[in-house]
Order: sequence, then structure tokens, then C-alpha cells
Amino acid sequence: MLTELWNDAEGGFHPASAPDFLPETALKQVQLRRLRAVVSLAYENVALFRARMEERGLTPDSIHRLEDIQQLPFTVKADLRDTYPFGLFATPMSDVVRLHASSGTTGKPIVVAYTREDVGVWSEVMARTLACCGLHRGDILQNAFGYGLFTGGLGAHYGAEALGATVVPISGGNSDRQIMLIRDFGVSALCCTPSYFTYLIERAAELGVDMRSLPLRAGIFGAEPWTDGMRDHIEAAAGIKAYDIYGLSEIIGPGVASECSAQQGLHIFEDHFYPEIIDPETGDALPDGEEGELVLTTLSKKAMPMIRYRTRDITSLISEPCECGRTIRRMRRIGRRSDDMFIIRGVNVFPSQVEAALLAVEGTLPHYQIILTRDQGLDQMTVEVEVTPEVFSDKIRALEDVRARLAKAIEHILGIRVGLRLVEPRSIARSEGKAKRVIDRRNEGA
Amino acid sequence: MKLQQLSLFLENRPGRLGAPLETIAKAGINILTLSLADTAQFGILRLIVREWDKAKQVLEDAGWVVNLTEVVAVDVLDRPGGLAEALAVLEGAGLNIEYMYAFSVRRGDKAILIFRFEDPDRAIAVLLEKGLHVVDGDELLSVVSA
Repeated sequence: MLTELWNDAEGGFHPASAPDFLPETALKQVQLRRLRAVVSLAYENVALFRARMEERGLTPDSIHRLEDIQQLPFTVKADLRDTYPFGLFATPMSDVVRLHASSGTTGKPIVVAYTREDVGVWSEVMARTLACCGLHRGDILQNAFGYGLFTGGLGAHYGAEALGATVVPISGGNSDRQIMLIRDFGVSALCCTPSYFTYLIERAAELGVDMRSLPLRAGIFGAEPWTDGMRDHIEAAAGIKAYDIYGLSEIIGPGVASECSAQQGLHIFEDHFYPEIIDPETGDALPDGEEGELVLTTLSKKAMPMIRYRTRDITSLISEPCECGRTIRRMRRIGRRSDDMFIIRGVNVFPSQVEAALLAVEGTLPHYQIILTRDQGLDQMTVEVEVTPEVFSDKIRALEDVRARLAKAIEHILGIRVGLRLVEPRSIARSEGKAKRVIDRRNEGA
Repeated sequence: MKLQQLSLFLENRPGRLGAPLETIAKAGINILTLSLADTAQFGILRLIVREWDKAKQVLEDAGWVVNLTEVVAVDVLDRPGGLAEALAVLEGAGLNIEYMYAFSVRRGDKAILIFRFEDPDRAIAVLLEKGLHVVDGDELLSVVSA
């Protein structure tokens, strides 16, 4: 027990992890103080938030207890889109030292901002994440999350440096080189998406490299949902411990929550991110242990505070003590979402984006279905589109052309390669209620 | 002089060809000839039938997307070089052939070919001018019935 806390080179847990062990009363004091401050900051500087507070007759002084957060309005992803690009910023641009962006529902990105202080908070929570995963000074972390507008790469990078680990900033892709460096550098930990790591295991085997014989001992996986079955496979095939981490750009990027050695839920760094679980239909708060939609409030972010942000991720909070000794609450691993968004190769995809592309090419919306599969560890997306009288032709060339234009339009909006298959009319199952647009076969047989 | 050809979209997987043919058979419609063009992923079934309007209706009622195209039937001498001569005429006139296939029955010493031209009317004019025989619907039916 507690081994990962006491395995630092100096023989103690990293000071950054201290808040993980705060007694409940002290934690709640910190949370309330920070909540009042962030509500004031947002109220004074973000027009949208102020207007919604005023509609409800609220001022920052309405917050006396932590439970008063339930009176505050929710923030949703559409708010980021509607105020694109800088409408939710609470500080002048001169205080913003970093911008990141991720895909939105209509092809317009979601923009997020950080002050220097925010980057410091991000580094801290990512250092705590990596410490949770048993990393410490002396570890060599190969960071295969993408560097760039995506928050994964730089988030993990800053966290690893804050922890004092050695970072190999390789970014995503270039699998043969990834494997060569894991072997030659004696890399002890690696972070990327779980599906990419599954691919790396297979590629290593093809190259005659047995991951189990290497010093690699921890995999830090996030940015897409994965199952316990996949974890078992990864841990056995690579001889490592595979940790699930959680984050989202709107809140900070990676670093919102992390598994510890117990692998029984993810500790939420709730001194910075206040979690609530609500009923996604009514918006009512649910008690710990009950499953619902995760809502997060950033307690310390300055450039872009988020008040009661609806993540759409379905989980429940665990308040029972964890065997690792951390006192901060945990959430169960995310298995599903309350909307139809799915994540493929780290990219957020909404069926509405696919619809927009189909509509643009065909003029009317054909019946379609999105099939997600996993081929050699890599997620694949295929869109099946029923042939309509409008596009059908007796000429092969004309149909091939339609197929290519549809694929290109979807790839243009999503920024990832997709397969496109024309299928016979009425061949896609009709649903009585909400159409089942996405068939996820990624975990079948995994 | 033009013939009506029905085209159907089929997925390229086992058993897909049977269903539309069965639908037509059930309606008591006789298929004069057919051709199947396919890629790895999908195929196009092209049909020439006696009662094309009825066939189109029953197929659409059964859920198929049916395309109606005008094609031209030409008979050429059924001997080596017969087709080449006909093609030379078409090529010389700058007529663009989208695709072609052979008719399943022979007519004496002639073979009947089905052509899909970009501009069927101009193609017929050229063919007649060059002395080739364009087979119309009634004639085709009599050949099949004979």
C-alpha cells in the first residue's frame, strides 16, 4: 500500500500530491473559497454568465455553502460554439499565454485559454495524475499524445516536467520510431490513447520486439473510452500496468481525474475541479453513488472559468475511502455518454457532423449509419450510406464518384480518414424511436 | 428505336442478385437480357424486360432504387471482326460508348449488342446513316418469341 507515494528518489510522495490527501473539512473549505472567487470572476467578466445569473436573481454573494452551486446555471458545449472564439474569456488577451482548440459539433473548433497561473494549475494536476500512476523523478515518460492544438500532448508534457520525470516529446504517430525509442531509451512509462498503444504492441511484435522484456512498466491512457477487457489485454501483452486518466479541453485538458494503483475508479482533483452528478433529463443533482451526468466547475482557472459544465459523460461518484490513501473522491470509469458523441482516434465526432457532410453532397439526407470497428488496435470508422434515386446511376463511374465525394466531404469536416460504403436502399435497420446512427463494434472480442 | 433499360443498385455480396430477379419473376415478367457490372463493393444490374414500366413499378414497390436509361440495340455480323467493324463506325463518328453488353440470343448470322451512348439519338442517326441495323423493341420481342 502507498508504494507509489513513497517511491520518489527522496523517499516521499511528491509535494504536488499533497492536496490528494486533504481531510474532507479542509478540502471543502478550499472548495468553497475558490468557488466564491471563480463565480465572482465569471460574473464580473463573462457577459453570458452574468446574464444567466441575473435572470435567476443571483449575485456572487448568493453562494454561501458548496450546495449553493446547484442554483447556478449550467454551461454547455453549445455556449462555447456560440461565443466562438473568445466570448467566454474572463481575462484580457494580454493575460492569456496559451490557446488550445478541439473539434466542435459543426466543424468550428472549441477554443480554450490559459493564463500563466492556469498553466501552473494544469502542470500541477497533470503531475498529480502521473504520480497517481506511480511515476516519479527518474522515470522516462514517452509522450505519444499529439502536441499542438490538442491539449493532450502539452498537458502531459508540463505535468511530467513538474513532477521531475524525463519527457520524450515524440508526439503521435511514427510507430516504428516509438518502438525503437521505448527500447533504446529504456522508457519506463508511456502515454497515448489506448487504441494506439494496442497498435504499438502489435507493431512491436512484427518488428521482433517483445514489450514484456522492456523496462516499460506503466501506460497512461486517455482521450477515448476503453474497456476492462482492453486493459487486461494491454497489461498482459505489454507487461505493464495500464491506467485510465480523464480530462477534457473545456475544463483544462488531461488532468481532471486519474486512476491510482488500486485501479478502482479515477480520483478527481476536486480542489480544482468541483464534480457534481446530475440527472441528465431533469438537471437535478444526484447523491454520491448514483449514476448520472458528470458536471464540472473549474475552481481555480482564470482565463476561461467553467461553471457547472455539462460533460455529457455518464458516471457516478465514489466517496468511500480508497486503498491508496487519497481522500479526494473518485468517479467510475466513463462507459458511455448522454449524447451521441463518440471519440475515434482521439477526435470527438458527432453524427450531426457526418449528416452535414452527406447533406452538402446529396442535397437531401440519405439514410446512413456509422460503424466503428477496431482493426489491429486502431479505431476505424465506416459510414454506410443508402443509395437514393437522386444519386443512383447506371454508370459505375458515376457511383464511384458519388462515393468519393461523400467520403471526402466527411473527411474534410472531421479531419480523419473514414471508409464510405454505398449500401442498398432500406438495408439499414429502421428504428421505432431515435435512429441508431452509431454501431460501435470496437469492444467486440477485445 | 431506343430501348428502355432498368438499372438496380446491388451490394456486392453473395445472394444479392437473386432478390430482384425473383421480384420480377413473381410479377410474371420475362427478362430479355441482363448485364451485371460490379466493383469490389457494389454492383449495377442492368435489365431489358418486356414490360419495363410494370417491372420498374414492382421493383420500386419492393424497395429497390431503379434507374431508367435509354439504350440502343444494334445487330452485327456474328463472325470474327463483326463487332470491330461496328465499333469502327461508332469511333469514326466520335460517339462515346458508356458501356455495352451482348444480347443473349442470336438472330440468324447476326448477334445483337446493347449500347449505352451518351447521346442515343445522335448514335441512332449515325448508325442508320452508316447502314447498320438498329433493332427496335418490337423486333427484339419477335426475335425472342421466335
